[in-house]
Order: sequence, then structure tokens, then C-alpha cells
Amino acid sequence: MKKMSDVTILAIESSCDETAAAVVVNGRDVRSNVISSQIDIHTLYGGVVPEIASRKHTERINQVVQEALDQAQVTLDDIDAVGVTYGPGLVGALLVGVAFAKSIAWAKGLPLIGVHHIEGHISANYIENPELEPPFGCLVVSGGHTHLVQVKDYGEYEILGRTADDAAGEAFDKVARAIGLGYPGGPKIDKAAAEGDPHAVEFPRGKVRGSEYDFSFSGLKSAVLNYLNEKHMKGEEISVPDVAASFQKSVVDVLVEHSMHAVDQFGFREFAIAGGVASNGALRRAMEEACAERGVKFYRPSPILCTDNAAMIGSAAYYDYQRGIRSDWSLNAVPNLKLGER
Amino acid sequence: MKILAIDSSGMPASAAVLEDGVLAAEFTVHHRRTHSQTLLGMMEEVRSVLDLDLNSIDAVAIAAGPGSFTGLRIGSATAKGIGLALDKPLIPVPTLEGMAYNFYAAKQIVVPMLDARRSQVFAGIYSFSAGGEDPLEVLMDQAPVDVKELCEKLNEISQSRSQDLILMGDGAVSYRSLIEETLRAPHSYAPAHLNEQKAGSVAARGMDLAALDDGRYLEKAADHRPVYLRVSQAERVREEKLHGHA
Repeated sequence: MKKMSDVTILAIESSCDETAAAVVVNGRDVRSNVISSQIDIHTLYGGVVPEIASRKHTERINQVVQEALDQAQVTLDDIDAVGVTYGPGLVGALLVGVAFAKSIAWAKGLPLIGVHHIEGHISANYIENPELEPPFGCLVVSGGHTHLVQVKDYGEYEILGRTADDAAGEAFDKVARAIGLGYPGGPKIDKAAAEGDPHAVEFPRGKVRGSEYDFSFSGLKSAVLNYLNEKHMKGEEISVPDVAASFQKSVVDVLVEHSMHAVDQFGFREFAIAGGVASNGALRRAMEEACAERGVKFYRPSPILCTDNAAMIGSAAYYDYQRGIRSDWSLNAVPNLKLGER
Repeated sequence: MKILAIDSSGMPASAAVLEDGVLAAEFTVHHRRTHSQTLLGMMEEVRSVLDLDLNSIDAVAIAAGPGSFTGLRIGSATAKGIGLALDKPLIPVPTLEGMAYNFYAAKQIVVPMLDARRSQVFAGIYSFSAGGEDPLEVLMDQAPVDVKELCEKLNEISQSRSQDLILMGDGAVSYRSLIEETLRAPHSYAPAHLNEQKAGSVAARGMDLAALDDGRYLEKAADHRPVYLRVSQAERVREEKLHGHA
């Protein structure tokens, strides 16, 4: 039964190559979470093609939103607000979701809430963990983002560290391409690494001088490429599982080390991971272990909530809604939107 | 019949409401391309000044392309959202047919053209006739074409039909000197107030299209997609790699 105080949000996400919509009640109760992935098309091009992504979003968005309403067994008349990702992401892709969400909200006279994509990823942790509340620490790692964040309160964030060059997921994609695993790199390297020896090759752990929490993955990527080139020149075979496992360990070590440094410095009692790379098996295990050693409670979303999805946007939108945040009809896509800014 | 019309295919953003032969409101702004920020606010102005009950709309007419890819998608996603929210059909209006309606019933041949870069335009060639079921006669359906090629075609058509030409659209402005080099047929350029996309014209063309052939031009919002008339660059490059150059 719907209570008077219940807030039902329709959320829409189209920042990259997933067209997604969800219905979320009170920020944590997910009634539907529909994701239409375009990955098969982009795989042909070895990565996401922005123009194609934007076209596909336009073709799919009505079906995806309708499916989300149907699965939740609601109509737009049951919806209290519309939440939509307005950045960061691919501008053309974001614009489709933003224009669509705005027009639905306008046509039905509903409040509109522009949501930060990374805020969505962090909020994915609320969905399966009713007890989790700020403050806590969170590492957001995906194909486009690597952020170490202090979640001070709902909607209040301090970015402790970010990548100086490639995002962690981007490094996975580039290395996967170089060793012939193809796109998308994350899941493919994760799988290949399971058969390999993580100590087979010693790749560097990237550091950014003068900033203890920032990340750098381009040096690691170059080291892998140099290693492959050297082997090729010598006419030696490489072991794909060994390279995958060694590369992955190097990424995971740095992510865990910086995260635990933040845990120690800020005294977080709870630590979460989020984003597409948070599905990575090695990262989940290493982070869980490191947190357990410190007696820190570790959270990670189910894989379906790690990938880009709209349930997480519905969760973030709810807390924005409760804080009185509303967007007007001039809401625009902001491709380089900073966390904690509006 | 009441139609809400949208055109965000080019530099102007435009919204209009046409009801039973009366253009109740039209709001057109040609000022920076910020349709994402301005279009819905303009639609709200139109709604509010008319005190319009959105449920009373019969269909949403949308300039369906060609045009700026991003601009088309902003308009398309907006129209599709209204279609889903209010369960209304869309009327996809070919952008250049909508533009041609700026010169409804002209004796001349009307040639709207949009700048498609590198000496190309998206162009259509139209004439108005009183007799037929459709008042708009399509002499050349909208397509991407080299400006020179278009001018040569226009020379022939103008001569064989003994009709002068009206050239319009941002393509006619951008390529005026190139056009003057090749076009011999008698022609004039549209004045500023009739040169570009107007949602009122999209609504009028949409109304006529909706009346044709038992509503076969009506489209479910979910099925609508813009007509780009060009594949993405990535697809073109891939196609060339797979099949060699055309």
C-alpha cells in the first residue's frame, strides 16, 4: 500500500551507452530497474561512439521508461517526481535523457530533479543496505570515473582523490584491446586473470607526486604496452592470463592502498565501492579483506547496480528531493559536471 | 484538431499551437544554439499564455529532420516524452517540407536548404498546387546534395516548368556566392522573417499530413526517430573499411 508520505520517483539515465529507467520509492525501495544496453553495437567500434549512443537512446527511451512503469505496476499518475542524470557523461547522450525527462515532468506537472551521475553510483549502495547512512568513504571506479570520495551527508561530498589521466575502467579497456581480449575490457580481464598469476609480471603502481589520494593509470598502461612490445620484438609468446592478472593486481593494489589510507586518515567506520569496475572480482575481494583487517564495514552493490542504471539515480534523486532540490525547465546536460556542484 | 508543434532542427528554436485553422501561438527564437535550455521554457510560455490544457492536444508535430543531429534529438526526445506522458501520437514532418510551408501557395518553386558543411546542403524542391490531395508537390525529396549539383538541377526544373525559384534556409545564406556562380534560373531569396524554421509551418504541414491517407503519417511516440539523412562518421568510416570506398 502506498502511504501518504511515500515518495515515488521515476528516474532516467542516459549518460553513456545504457538507456535506463527505474521506479524507486523512498530512495531505497526499487520497484523496477530497466537497462537497455547498446554494448553489442559499440563493440563493433572497439568503444562507445557518442553519435551512435545518442541515436540509440532516442530510439529506445520510450520503451525503456514504459517498461519501468509497467514492471513497477504504476502509471505516471503515481509518480511524485522525475529524476534524471544531467552530468557528467557524453553530452549528446545526456541530452536525450534530459530532454525526455523534462518533457514528461512538464506534461504531467511533476517536479524535476537533475542528478549527478557519480552521486547516483554512490547512492547505489543505499539500495541493498538499509542501515548504510553517511558519513562513509566511497571509491567510485568506472570506465569514465575514478573518484575517492568522503560522503559527509546526503548530497554532501568531498572529493579526496581522482585520476590524473585515465579512469581505471579506461585502463582496463585499453589493456584488454592490447592483449587481444577486446571490448569491454573490465569483465574480460577479470575472467582471463582468474587463470593467471598476478605476480608473473611486476607492473608499476602509479603515484601522483604530491597528492596522496590521486590516481594515475597511464604509466601502468604504457608499462603493459612496452612489455608486450618487448616480448614481440624478442619473438616470445605472452601469457594473456598472466598479463591480465598482473595488470589487474597493479590497478587493484593502488585502489585499495589509497582507499585504506583514506580510511585510516579520516577514521571511516564504513567504506563502499561503486561504479562499473566495482563488479571486478579481484577488487571486491581485496577491498573486503583490507576493510576486515581494520574492522571497517565494507559495502558493494550487486553487479546490476554497479553498471550504469537508473535505480541509483532514483535513490540519489530522492535525497535531493527531500532536501528541497528542484530543477527548472532550463536544466541542461553538463558533460563535465563536478561532484557536489549544481 | 489541435496540434502542438516543435522545431529545433536548426539555429531557431520554435514552438507553436495550431487549432482549427488558427495559429493560436508561435514562439520562435534565433539566438545561440541552446535549445536544450530554452525549448521547454518556450513551450511553457506558449502553454501558459494560452492557458492550454495539454490533454486537449490531439497530436505533436515535430520537425523530424534533417537538421543538426543534436537539435533534432532535443526536439524528438521532447516530443516523445509528451507522447508517452499524455498518450498522444506524433506527426513527423520532414524539416524541409515544414520550411516550404513558409511560402504556402507560392507560384514559385520553393527550395529550402540547410547548411550541411563542405559545400553540401540538405535540400528539397517543392511546388504548391491547388488541385491534388496534397497541396505540396515534391519535385525532389529532401536529401543531402552538393550545392553545384542542386543548382544545375534547379536550372533544368525551372526551365521545364517555367517557374521561378524561391531559395530559403541557412544553406541559401551560407552558399549564396556559390549559388550565384551556377544558378541561371530566375530566383529570389527569402526575406529574414520567412527564411528559417517556424513551428507554425511545421504545425500547418503536420495538419495536412495527418489528413492524408487515413492517418498513415501519424506515428506512435515510441516508434519515432529523427531522420538524419546521414549515418554517423564512425559508421561511414567502418563501412568504407569493410567495402572499400564508394
